[in-house]
Amino acid sequence: MSEYLNHIFENFKGSEEELIPILQKVQEEAGYLSVNAMHEISRFLRIPRSKVYGVATFYAQFRFKPKGKKHIMLCRGTACHVKGAPRILEEIENNLGIKEGETSEDLEHSIESVACIGACSLAPCITVNDKVHADLTPQKIEDLFKKKKSDKK
Amino acid sequence: MTKVNLTIDGRKIITDAGKTILEAAIENNIYIPNLCHHEDLKPSGVCRMCMVEIEGQRGQIIACKTIVTEGINVIIDSPDITNIRQTTLELIHCNHTQDCNNCMKNSYCQLQKVTAYVGINQKRFERMRKIKDYIEIDDSNPFFNLDHNKCIICGICVRTCDEIQGVNALDYGKRGFYTIISSYDNRQIKDSDCESCGECVVRCPVGALYPKNMQIPSREVKTVCTYCGVGCNIFLGVRGNKIISSRGDRNSIVNKGRLCVKGRFGYEFINHPERLKQPLIKKDGVFVEASWDEALDLVASKFSSSKKEKFAAFSSARVTNEDNYIIQKFTRAVMGTNNIDHCARLCHAPTVSGLVQTFGSGAMTNSIDEFLHTKTIFAIGSNTTAAHPIVALHLKEAKRNGAKIIVANPKEIDLCNYADIFLQQYPGTDVALLLGMIRYIIDENLVDKNFINERCEDYDTFTQSLEDFSLEEVEKITGVPAAKIAKAAKMYATNTPSAIFYAMGITQHSHGTDNVLAISNLALLTGNIGKESAGVNPLRGQNNVQGACDMGALPDVYPGYQKVNNPVAQEKFEKAWSVKLDNNIGITHTEIISEIEHGNIKSLYQVGENPVISEADANHVKKALDKLDFFVVQDIFMTETAQYADVVLPAASFAEKDGTFTNTERRVQRIRKVIEPIGDSKPDWWICCEIAKRMQAKGFEFSNAEEIAKEAFALTPSYVGISYDRIENEGLQWPCPTPEHAGTKYLHKEKFATPSGKAKFMPLTYKLSKELPDDEYPLLLTTDRSLYHYHTSTMTRKVEGLRELDKEELLKINPHDARHFHIKDGEMVKVLSRRGEVSVKTHITDICQKGVVSMTFHFFETPTNELTICEVDPVAKIPETKVCAVKIEKIL
Repeated sequence: MSEYLNHIFENFKGSEEELIPILQKVQEEAGYLSVNAMHEISRFLRIPRSKVYGVATFYAQFRFKPKGKKHIMLCRGTACHVKGAPRILEEIENNLGIKEGETSEDLEHSIESVACIGACSLAPCITVNDKVHADLTPQKIEDLFKKKKSDKK
Repeated sequence: MTKVNLTIDGRKIITDAGKTILEAAIENNIYIPNLCHHEDLKPSGVCRMCMVEIEGQRGQIIACKTIVTEGINVIIDSPDITNIRQTTLELIHCNHTQDCNNCMKNSYCQLQKVTAYVGINQKRFERMRKIKDYIEIDDSNPFFNLDHNKCIICGICVRTCDEIQGVNALDYGKRGFYTIISSYDNRQIKDSDCESCGECVVRCPVGALYPKNMQIPSREVKTVCTYCGVGCNIFLGVRGNKIISSRGDRNSIVNKGRLCVKGRFGYEFINHPERLKQPLIKKDGVFVEASWDEALDLVASKFSSSKKEKFAAFSSARVTNEDNYIIQKFTRAVMGTNNIDHCARLCHAPTVSGLVQTFGSGAMTNSIDEFLHTKTIFAIGSNTTAAHPIVALHLKEAKRNGAKIIVANPKEIDLCNYADIFLQQYPGTDVALLLGMIRYIIDENLVDKNFINERCEDYDTFTQSLEDFSLEEVEKITGVPAAKIAKAAKMYATNTPSAIFYAMGITQHSHGTDNVLAISNLALLTGNIGKESAGVNPLRGQNNVQGACDMGALPDVYPGYQKVNNPVAQEKFEKAWSVKLDNNIGITHTEIISEIEHGNIKSLYQVGENPVISEADANHVKKALDKLDFFVVQDIFMTETAQYADVVLPAASFAEKDGTFTNTERRVQRIRKVIEPIGDSKPDWWICCEIAKRMQAKGFEFSNAEEIAKEAFALTPSYVGISYDRIENEGLQWPCPTPEHAGTKYLHKEKFATPSGKAKFMPLTYKLSKELPDDEYPLLLTTDRSLYHYHTSTMTRKVEGLRELDKEELLKINPHDARHFHIKDGEMVKVLSRRGEVSVKTHITDICQKGVVSMTFHFFETPTNELTICEVDPVAKIPETKVCAVKIEKIL
């Protein structure tokens, strides 16, 4: 079993109600919930692993693939939506060759759509890691991710 | 029970307090639509179909979760109710495949039934209709499919897998519109934790889970499963002369309708093309088909010339009581010898030799059903979920009822998932572990003094033998932390009633009898025997191993354990059979093999057994069989052992004959002829009677199994009260000494079956296993079982699906040892012992402790028993198949 899991489990009693806090803690440490981690959690809490998986997939906050080095959060709030967020998402997906919720195989990029990042005056916008990119157009997206696309070719 | 008066749908009814409205309605044949209800499961209330109103109360409630109260008037139909039901139902239909005519569950479907009753508004439903993305049907399991597109998320499968099976392979995944029934990591069924028992398939109300073979039988016959010793009652379904289905009998107290993967899906072998259909005689080294007359005449003439000590017979724990009775009668009355034994020698001989000394009887003391009320379950040396799956379901149910489970096993078996305490002892150290527990119980004064004083003997001499078994010492021997042993001992002694379960992990040792005696000491010490839900329970491995022993297929006893060297018994049977009988005890299974090797036994008659694969040190068996002058094998398939035979006689399978099996809890149950025998095969009793008649013997003129049972049961004291009429619907548990006797639920209630009526404590010493790892052979090999196979797999490997679920032998090895020997997971390695070598694929797993590797013996390509050692227990003569030393070599 991985060191980091042991370390996390030390701070818990091992009772059923600790499942969600443990899932959160593991995700915080590892960036996502791996198949192996969920298995170990189920052994630690003596909860069937199908149940652990069921709980984890119920909540939108948990992810099952590692984040990319560049984690893109796309705003789908009202203002961004009105100003063309779906088109922006499509453009990002086309450029990176991955879908929303996925991580590229080289672990460079991952895309996640979120409800609102609170920058409505800059709509449509995304964040790449912590940096906000504002007033986006398909052209700007292409510029932003062009290198990636040409690499692929 | 208190009764409650209420009105449902205008009808006044009386029901038991504590029932739900839905249950009350169902028992009174009032239909309230429902989708997520199942009588075996706790109510979950997710489908919202059973909405009803109670007069005088506001709003609607769900009938499946509301307990009845006095005087309520339940209205099951009103405009509001219909409206709610219709809307809910339309939402279910919105994303349900509308393809009823092509659906396997057409006309059995609960959704169809509810829809017909409630009605849906076609226009409204069409408008809302939004099909989810099509999800490919999961057809990875060989026996059933999962079609998510038809799933209505009622959760019956999830609850079945949890509440009935305790496996939890399925649960809800994701949420809202996207909710699906999902295994861990949304894997295909075959890669999930699923055990393929099919309980969810049986209960699925729609076409989401359905068997691959969905043929409807033209008729069904009630009989008993032929696999393990649990004796589940089944209905075999037939079309033509072919078995096409198997389902559990819900009215049976043994399995309550539940079955494991073998019982539900493992019937294909019956009609397998490789079944033996014609007698075969070996001519110039080749088997040639022969007529029954030719084959039987040959056998009779050869047997005539090698009677008495030149002859031996292996009977079988697979065949009926009637077959066993005839085979032992033939051996004793016609061949004039007591050289008869069967494979119980290789499994529970120490149980008989041990428990007969201490309790006077070697059978399970309780019934399976009693365990639901046991408080502490102590399972030692039993991989219950794999070898006795339906008993395991009872244990899991007991656990849900609040029982504690202690598992003692060298390997971390599946049952450990339910265990409160897991003791992982080093293989072969059970005596030390048990005596350590006993000494702790005595030191802490947790013994049942009254029970010991009133019902036991030799307690004082026994306590003196415990000197060497302090917890510290035992920890050193077994590798189990002292504190854990103490905790387990305390739990067993104080949280009563406690029951012990054990199987091959206890018996298959060169000190197997000592292991059994240690268990009996522990039970006596705490008074956990002779009571309901408390006792000592050896789980018998084969469908009729209890019956084969009861019927005297053993070298030292006539039917009913009447000693062959007891003149009274001898006279009884001489009178009954009108012949002179030999009063010398015959030789055992393992000794018969040696005697053949030494040239003393010339002829062997073997029924339904495969020692070339099942016997320890198999190479030595092969050598012996080659030396026989005349070898007759009677079986349903051409087994590895049958290859050595001179004559092979085709026997009818359990589905082709009448008779009785006695299960592990001493229950004598009827098996019935479902189809005509395949080819020209014949029931075992018929074949043996024909041989006897051709040797001019009298007393073999039987025309059916019932006539044999009448003679056999009358001579067996514990069976005297049992007749086919009495067990027509439900089996009876022996002892059943008179036709009025109701059978015996648990043994030793008032007195023990020993001559003095008291149980005996037996002083013990700890003995090492005969061959332990050393520098040359550094690993300890132990043997185990797979859920998907049975014994030497002559039947289960004829079932395609079972073969697919468990394809090949795997050497289970601890990750630490794997690193040490530089072995990768899945790599082929050579396993060598001092007796043989086997090439096998590795499986790295931490269920094995460090230094211990494990293999099954189900696969003839990798004959594990060529490695095991034939060191036998001095009393029971059982070989030590659980412990031998091996080494591993890489294949270059």
